[in-house]
Amino acid sequence: MKSLKSHFSLITALFSILITLQLFLSLDRVITAYEQTLGENYGIVVVSDSNLSEHFFKKIDASIKEAEALSPKQMLQSLQEHTGDSGINLMELKLPYFYRLRLKHFISPSDARTLGLKLQRETAISRVETFAQQHDTIYRLLQLFKGVIIVITAVLFLVTSLLIIKEMRLWQFQHRERMNIMALFGAPVWLRSAVLFRLAIVDAVIASILATIIFLTIEHYGWVDRILELVQVHVALFDPLTDLPLLFTVAISLSILLASMIVMGHKEEV
Amino acid sequence: MDKIILAENLSLGYTRHETIISKAAFAIDSGSFIFITGASGSGKSTLLKSFFGALPVLSGSLTVGGVDMNGIGSKKLNFLRRHIGIVFQDYKLVKEWTIEKNVMLPLLINGYARDVSELQVEKLLGHVKLSHQRGKYPVELSGGEQQRVAMARALSHNPILILADEPTGNLDEYSSKVIWGLLEGANTQLDATVVVVTHHIPETFGTPYKHYHIEHGDIYEVS
Repeated sequence: MKSLKSHFSLITALFSILITLQLFLSLDRVITAYEQTLGENYGIVVVSDSNLSEHFFKKIDASIKEAEALSPKQMLQSLQEHTGDSGINLMELKLPYFYRLRLKHFISPSDARTLGLKLQRETAISRVETFAQQHDTIYRLLQLFKGVIIVITAVLFLVTSLLIIKEMRLWQFQHRERMNIMALFGAPVWLRSAVLFRLAIVDAVIASILATIIFLTIEHYGWVDRILELVQVHVALFDPLTDLPLLFTVAISLSILLASMIVMGHKEEV
Repeated sequence: MDKIILAENLSLGYTRHETIISKAAFAIDSGSFIFITGASGSGKSTLLKSFFGALPVLSGSLTVGGVDMNGIGSKKLNFLRRHIGIVFQDYKLVKEWTIEKNVMLPLLINGYARDVSELQVEKLLGHVKLSHQRGKYPVELSGGEQQRVAMARALSHNPILILADEPTGNLDEYSSKVIWGLLEGANTQLDATVVVVTHHIPETFGTPYKHYHIEHGDIYEVS
């Protein structure tokens, strides 16, 4: 019973660490995907008197992904009722060229300002609109969200690590007697601690399997996907190919570290 | 005759400033039976601990089974301990293991095959009259029975040296008789050197022995 209790405590602590880690990975993935969506939707509008190629813009800054020429036709159609065909034709000839620049990723406000200045310095460009205020607000919100997640993850990690250290002391106490007796009959360190390592590895495997089942269930039923769809984000919260080996590695490394610390901290008492 | 334990100018203690055994010199022959007596706190158990490396030598020299105990490394110490059988007054059995596994411990450590170990355990549990208790755990046995298990464990790997610290201290007459019988048998039939720390030497003890007494940190042979 005592042994089961101690197993349960270590499995719980390891499970909490794995859930925290996986939540962090999933949220980071969501934020990155959301940033990408924002980057795709965000555009800088450039006005020029001359017809410019996409190559021209890409040469100005590497973060520019594409330049789309905006057709003034829609705007002119609404004016057609008031001015007539001849006025529209004249206006069409006089109108400058409009371009929407799409970026490779969502850039910071300072990078957006620098890019705006770079574009303005070009003589071929007469006006640049970076929609700075809107961009700044979204960017800061994202940064705040990221920061909060990092803080929560760090706190959870700290709390569970303290749980593991407490558990380690309990284990040290529980296994001390057996290790002492084995030492008296000349058992080498690896043999004395074999049981400890076996238990630690079994607990790590159980914790990893439990965490995997939880995330696979969430993924299977698509509970979070529905929420993410609202913000046009499509990511895998749990990727078995990359996340499963990572969870196993973290759990086994932590439990081996725990067992090693117990073995190293063991002093023979007779 | 070969000396299995050789002490010269040996000082022992838990701190450098407080020695319990001071500048002792003695030699124990291989295959002999030794009693070490002394009042409580005289240093009998301290001396015995130094024989299996549980207490470091403060000064002087101590050789056990040809191994110098001064600053002995863990590898050498483990090797030496694999050839020693130890019996404690408080038995020191692994609580979470069955009687059978407890007796098997030295055999597993020494790398004996499972079937050989099982046969040896069966034989020894028969000697200590505990064959029927093999699947039980130490807490299910009486003190006397636990000490008989500890005795079987100490003998299981045919050690060259058996160290016993008050082996019959808390035992009933029957268990004490079994323990003394096994210690004598190990000495006469297996030629193991037996060192017993005790308050009293049994009056009916039939095997030839040497008797050392500890008093005021000094060890001397009682003739």
